[in-house]
Amino acid sequence: MASELVAETADATAPVLVGIQRRGVELAERLAPLLEPHLAGTLRRDTLDITLYRDDLQAIGPRPVVRETRLPPDLDGATVIIVDDVLFTGRTVRAALDEIADFGRPQRILLAVLVDRGGRELPIAADVIGVRVETGPGDQVNVLVAELDGEDAVDLQRADAS
Amino acid sequence: MTSLLGKDLVGLERLTREQITAILDTAEPFKEVSERPIKKVPALRGKTIVNLFFEASTRTRISFEFAEKRLSADTVNVQSAGSSVSKGETLVDTARNLEAMRIDMVVIRHGASGAASFLGDRIRSNVINAGDGKHEHPTQGLLDLLTLRDRFGSLEGLKVCIVGDVLHSRVARSNIWGLRHMGAEVGVCGPATLVPRDIEALGVTVFRRVEEAIQWADALNVLRLQLERMQGGFIPSLREYNRVFGITTEKLTRAPKDLLILHPGPMNRGVEIDSDVADGEHSVILPQVTNGVAVRMAVLYLLAGGAPDWATSGADK
Repeated sequence: MASELVAETADATAPVLVGIQRRGVELAERLAPLLEPHLAGTLRRDTLDITLYRDDLQAIGPRPVVRETRLPPDLDGATVIIVDDVLFTGRTVRAALDEIADFGRPQRILLAVLVDRGGRELPIAADVIGVRVETGPGDQVNVLVAELDGEDAVDLQRADAS
Repeated sequence: MTSLLGKDLVGLERLTREQITAILDTAEPFKEVSERPIKKVPALRGKTIVNLFFEASTRTRISFEFAEKRLSADTVNVQSAGSSVSKGETLVDTARNLEAMRIDMVVIRHGASGAASFLGDRIRSNVINAGDGKHEHPTQGLLDLLTLRDRFGSLEGLKVCIVGDVLHSRVARSNIWGLRHMGAEVGVCGPATLVPRDIEALGVTVFRRVEEAIQWADALNVLRLQLERMQGGFIPSLREYNRVFGITTEKLTRAPKDLLILHPGPMNRGVEIDSDVADGEHSVILPQVTNGVAVRMAVLYLLAGGAPDWATSGADK
């Protein structure tokens, strides 16, 4: 993934690596040292919590926990790489794009995901994908990272397996 | 689905430690929203909130309004002067008429203790108490807790003394209940005429002399002398009050450690607090105001939906 990202961002002067809370943040931390030697400038690492931009927030239900967002105040002209663990419906990425737009107008936004599980509900595609998995709507794909879960793993549970 | 806080936020007395912790934890990420170039998130888009103020307020009303607008809610301000309230309409009729226009939340400030609870029981909208008489001012209590937690890391075992006009103060009551729930020790200090009898029943220590309170405390919450609520006889004179109970640099230099100074505002400089203390390096009076917006955003966010879902947050992509 890192080498693909290097190829994609070769001409970017100051790319910003934005991890989506929570697992995306850890994955961005892993990617950063692999990207940094190949870049001319420094790589910014930031985090984004999309909770307040969710399109289902008005629906009655439990309030999701809001976590830290840390983005540079001026994203104008930057190359932003969004990093997340799983790409499914595309709604998280839609929310992230809207939130980033409130911080500025990046020159380009890329999307890197560890797992693309299909099932898109919006016209959104990733630029860099770790692994593609065919899944049904009821299946569960969980990415585990050592920092939060004690191990690195991608866990796929089929809906009909239970 | 009931929210973590129930339908209304009337006071801190009935909240649990878990509920207060959840509000303070939710306020943390909201601090950052106010630092953004576009200070707005769409979380409460489409919600209509009425700020119903039957008593004068500048800071609290503006703070609520900022919190509402930064969450993208639509807001209407109703003040008693110049509205149908001054024509004799009752509180419930006013609120029911507003509700007939399809509102979602009411933020109420009222001179009568219990007004927020009374209203919350009679309308479907969420009700947030922005100060009811001498009862409670829960969002002020929460912002004080947040400011103390910012500086000390934890509230457990912290010694906080509330100094001044405890009798007339809803801020004092919200602070006492909030701090006690969070495991802090609470002292109160003021003239005997301005400290309610039997206040020890709330689990607080009473200090008759401010010098003793300063020796004991980690932080002082200095209350405003509510001159407008005092129809005579509580204190001999403002000068006398300042000499005996006013927080001055001279009194603070005798403290064994540096005390954090809080004040809910608006200040009577030179009465309950001297200017060099209010503007000094241990004063967090302006950080309190900044935290007020974040805490109110957290309360609005949590009341508008259900309980925070700690287990599954971020799991559904």
